[in-house]
Amino acid sequence: MTAKLVSLRDAVDRLVPDGASIAIGCALEPAIPFAFAHELIRQRRSELHLIGPISDIAFDQLIGAGCVSQASAAWIGNVSAGLAHAYRRAMEEGVPRRIEVHDHSNFTIAQALLAGALGAPYLPTKTLLGSDIPQANGTFREAIDPFSGEKILLIPAIVPDVTVIAVQRADEDGNAHLWGPWGVSQEAALAAKTTIVLAEEIVDRAVIASDPNRTIVAGTKVAAVVHEPGACHPSPVQDRYRRDHDFFHEYHAATRDRQGFERWIGEWVTDVPDRAAYLRKLGARWTALREHRTSVA
Amino acid sequence: MVACAAREIREGERVFVGMRLPLIAFVVAKRTHAPNAIGLFELGVVRDQPASELLYTMGDNPNVAGAVWCARTIDLMGLLQRGDVHAGFIGGAEIDVHGNLNTTAIGERTHPRVQLPGSGGGADIASLAHRLIVIMPHDKRRLREKVDFVTSPGYGTGGDWRKRAGLPRGGPSVLITTLGVFRFVDGAAVLESYHASASVARIRDATGWPVATAANVRETEPPSAEVLRIIRAYDPAGFWTRRVE
Repeated sequence: MTAKLVSLRDAVDRLVPDGASIAIGCALEPAIPFAFAHELIRQRRSELHLIGPISDIAFDQLIGAGCVSQASAAWIGNVSAGLAHAYRRAMEEGVPRRIEVHDHSNFTIAQALLAGALGAPYLPTKTLLGSDIPQANGTFREAIDPFSGEKILLIPAIVPDVTVIAVQRADEDGNAHLWGPWGVSQEAALAAKTTIVLAEEIVDRAVIASDPNRTIVAGTKVAAVVHEPGACHPSPVQDRYRRDHDFFHEYHAATRDRQGFERWIGEWVTDVPDRAAYLRKLGARWTALREHRTSVA
Repeated sequence: MVACAAREIREGERVFVGMRLPLIAFVVAKRTHAPNAIGLFELGVVRDQPASELLYTMGDNPNVAGAVWCARTIDLMGLLQRGDVHAGFIGGAEIDVHGNLNTTAIGERTHPRVQLPGSGGGADIASLAHRLIVIMPHDKRRLREKVDFVTSPGYGTGGDWRKRAGLPRGGPSVLITTLGVFRFVDGAAVLESYHASASVARIRDATGWPVATAANVRETEPPSAEVLRIIRAYDPAGFWTRRVE
């Protein structure tokens, strides 16, 4: 069983080939596995197809670093600061490269991943009828409900090659507890061919079994477990650490131009060997964000 | 804008809150006229009490502390699709006279002049909530005759467009801007009131469509001292309320 417990470096090296489709940032604003995104950049992954609803600045960093050829997403920006500069440069100027975007809404990305998780070919919906998103997405199809005769939109399943979720704790087999909102994390973890769990803490199986309703995915569906404390900074993890709002705002200011983006990626990603070094670099700032509540678990 | 937005939340309603200013509008409504309103947050949070401190995003830890339900996005979107959600808030970069919103791209979609973030859950709220409450800065470049891309459908080209498109209900009920308040009548925006700092003439000048006014167009009712106190106590540094984008 312990063979699943691997380093972040090995997880990316062994399980994420160039050209993979990868769902990441699936809890929306919280629990975004930035450590994983940064390791993808350090290992110079390319031609990735990113899948996710909101992603905050994780998608912006991967796009700016040139790792991405496609994105299926509902929103790519910087939630508390504004637009995503690297995404803008890619779309407006083709810098560092052009990417293909399949527009979604949060509901359709959730339905596409749920269909993947169900082994269903598609899910029918009433959302987005009359929106320009279906045409821009290119994969949806308008149809007539055979039961009611009404218009519906069919959202085809998304089956990611890889889904990465971050959780408060998991055991060595990948049985994973996530609390706080789940967003589309469970659907994405169940839909994927390969599911990777990043855990703030590795716990005994008995801790998981003491509260199985908190389990977002069972170990039997998990290919690899990475013990990576602080994996989600600057996004928050409920009862573990708060959101570092200033970090998002500083990133926004620092990456307005391409040179600033490259400096930022150098400082916080490529010149940093691993997450432990990143947290040391944050120093007192990191300590101040931490919380460890046991009230709910 | 926040005070006007809060007034749109009715007592006891289920409301999709959304990002930025609506986060504060929900707090104001809860603490004044709508103590039993329920806030739904699309990442999977349901609250019957406002968060105890200023939220920068709906995923901040304080928005989970004291929540009555942590769920999945699909659970809350399901409530929305079923017709269980009375009202929802969204903002936008561009809007037209029929309340169609663009948050996707200015210019051509594949080679945009300005790439915007996209729908998030906005297009779902616009498609499926009973009432849509739109909040945005008033600017001629934003209130346009026609938007470049319809991310979130309003009333399309007017008339029974939503029904023909297959949408089950809803549409914008109000557009609240930095200058005034528009109501939607037969699928088109009609100026209901102008804020104390503005005027009908100034709004006409700053709007990209010919502005129709209500017969009793008037000055917007100013926020009460109590509402101002709540807003300033909740966002003392003005992170959201003084922001101009």
